[in-house]
Amino acid sequence: MTRAHGERLSDIAARTRAWACYDCGKCSATCPVTRIGGALSPRRTVLSTNLLHADVAVYGAEIASCLTCGACDRRCPVQVDFTGLVRALREVSHEEDAQPECPHGGALQSLMRMMARGTLQQQRLDWLGPDLHTDPAHGAVFLWTGCTVYYDAFFPEYGMRTLDVTRAAVRLLNALGQVPVVSPDEVCCGHDLLWNGDRASFEALARRNAALIQESGAEVVVAPCAECARTLRLDYGPFLGSSPRIQHLSEYLAERLSDLPLVRETTRRVTFQDPCRLGRHLGVVDAPRSLLAAVPGLELVEMAHAGLNATCCAGGTWSACDRYAKKLQVERLKEAKATGAEILVTACPKCQIHFRCAQKDPNLGQDIAIEMQDVAQVLADAL
Amino acid sequence: MSAPEGWNPRIVVFACNWCSYAGADTAGVSRIQHQPHFRMIRVMCSGRIQPGFVLRAFEKGADGVLVSGCHIGDCHYLFGNERAVEQFEKTRAVTRILGLEDERLRLEWISAAEGARFAQVIDQFTERVRALGPSPLAREAR
Ligand code: FES
Repeated sequence: MTRAHGERLSDIAARTRAWACYDCGKCSATCPVTRIGGALSPRRTVLSTNLLHADVAVYGAEIASCLTCGACDRRCPVQVDFTGLVRALREVSHEEDAQPECPHGGALQSLMRMMARGTLQQQRLDWLGPDLHTDPAHGAVFLWTGCTVYYDAFFPEYGMRTLDVTRAAVRLLNALGQVPVVSPDEVCCGHDLLWNGDRASFEALARRNAALIQESGAEVVVAPCAECARTLRLDYGPFLGSSPRIQHLSEYLAERLSDLPLVRETTRRVTFQDPCRLGRHLGVVDAPRSLLAAVPGLELVEMAHAGLNATCCAGGTWSACDRYAKKLQVERLKEAKATGAEILVTACPKCQIHFRCAQKDPNLGQDIAIEMQDVAQVLADAL
Repeated sequence: MSAPEGWNPRIVVFACNWCSYAGADTAGVSRIQHQPHFRMIRVMCSGRIQPGFVLRAFEKGADGVLVSGCHIGDCHYLFGNERAVEQFEKTRAVTRILGLEDERLRLEWISAAEGARFAQVIDQFTERVRALGPSPLAREAR
């Protein structure tokens, strides 16, 4: 360990309250990756940071396998910010080029970094049809579409249709009388790069997006993706200031439920996957449930782990994907099936991607087969 | 945008070990002249060339990327080049959304015997990319 490392680590330990750790181990007892036998023990990472052991804290396999789902943060009695710690440690390992290869050959990170350059004119709005009313630049509501257009192109083998979520969001906003801004110049919010430790690229993306949002004159930015909502609300402060308001689509709609003409009856039974970014990171668990409750005839059955206790989809930041992530996804899908629900409803396109990938397991087939939809799709279908 | 005076494109060529790389060799031993502005990356089979490889080349400033392998039916791992087609289409789908010109990315089958064809593909592709000028990503990356 170099002296520079020591100073860096002690600074990180102070910022994330790692110093406060009294070694109770609740974090490791809670961690889904630890439970399933993966290469992570939050307690060990915290203590290694405090001891300035860069070999574990920066170069070890542990920080790459953390899902940053925030389950441990909730239980820590002394409020150590473990997800913040992992993010800071990843920044160090990114600077030193010490990170393992990202899943999908780093293709998604490459795409995001190319967007960050700002020298390309994207062709990202081909999915807009004449039935969807949007404005390319100005309006009171800015619909943050995220990277769904890229995901559908990149994951054809999973039959990905995350753009259907985006379309549903436009339809819902239109039903409320809004013509949202859908910009051809939006770039990735930078969530994944930030959580992969590439702060410089994140900031380049954030600056471009913040300018775009400010020029639109929007009073509120509405994101159907939990990761985008989290990032814009919690990480865009230095670029965006305190306005406009940032909301996940479910929050925005929940405030306007009485104006939404949800008329079409259904007899379907659904269960709900709380995205970690929406539930634990933003504290939003009631809004999507109130939306589902407003769909006539729809029945919501909760999984054994729900709300702030929900297990995450185990793939959020494209930073690591291994057999432990797969195992967690399979467990979660089995939990969803055990409710007897026909549809697993999520509020983040990424959850769908990772669960659909797990469903490709040829040995499990029907055990984990369940239809998946976003809460926006469920609602738009009831219009 | 027009290319600066004396500018030569930077091209990355991915080639499979058994056909297209050998095709380049054939061009060499037959002393067939062709444009020299490319770096070749040899892989065992074109099926190995995943979107991440190509995207990284563009990210690092390549003006064009050529993906090459054995003709369909001739892959030494039977169906590797069919996988290469899938990977290529996926790559093309995202580079298109990203806003990179289609002509910067090309897929060609070149056998070990086709030295002349290798030279012709390289010349044509180089001219095409030259006409497009520097990649929008290379302008800043350089
Ligand atoms: S070995 Fe040449 S394409 Fe597979």
